[in-house]
Amino acid sequence: MKNLISIIGLISLSCFSLKAAEPAIGSALPALSGLLPGAKLPKTAGKVVLVDFWASWCAPCKASFPTMARLHQKYAAKGLVIIGIGVDDDIKDYQGFVAKYPVGFTLVHDAKQTAAGFFNPPTMPTSYLIDRSGKITHIHKGFKGAKTETEYTQEIEALLGK
Amino acid sequence: MNTKPFILFLLMIFALSSCSSALTRVKPFERGNLANPLMADRDPLFSAMSMHVYFSRESSFGGGGVGGGGCGCN
Repeated sequence: MKNLISIIGLISLSCFSLKAAEPAIGSALPALSGLLPGAKLPKTAGKVVLVDFWASWCAPCKASFPTMARLHQKYAAKGLVIIGIGVDDDIKDYQGFVAKYPVGFTLVHDAKQTAAGFFNPPTMPTSYLIDRSGKITHIHKGFKGAKTETEYTQEIEALLGK
Repeated sequence: MNTKPFILFLLMIFALSSCSSALTRVKPFERGNLANPLMADRDPLFSAMSMHVYFSRESSFGGGGVGGGGCGCN
């Protein structure tokens, strides 16, 4: 009987352990190089970073790309780094999307969805804005056109000014 | 009163409830197949006519799809 109870207890604990603590506002940006092995990532130390999770099958992600490109053009020289993490299962879908929507910022493929699994974005797209000290300051769930672009602009300008 | 079965029952509920949230849900970034256009109703007129025939023959309707599909974006 005791054995049975301990086995059930162990199963219960193992199930809980599957739910890792996902990054939240105020927490530090995890090392992306560890989550995206082999990916060419830009240097983020001392920069304002925007990490965006997107997929080729996600229409709002497609709509957000011109905004991201504008933000990159406007603020890259001032210290903004944008990293777009594509979570497509099939690399051909990822490559097709990248070819169709060329942008100036860094795009990487999360082939095994390790980074997505760790960040656990609540919807697609989800973006994380990180300040110069490496702390997550804003999380954008979804993309709502001009409204989201205005929010990005205000938040990025505030963070770059600090 | 023998409390052991009751404790065992509580532990099983505890174990199963923690598993259900971790193992059964499709995460937003895993919805690529569900977002595929092939998964959508491609011809609404044909579907409506089919449902009409089904209703005429079976005297019942509905049940032609399930919830939770699609991209689920935004």
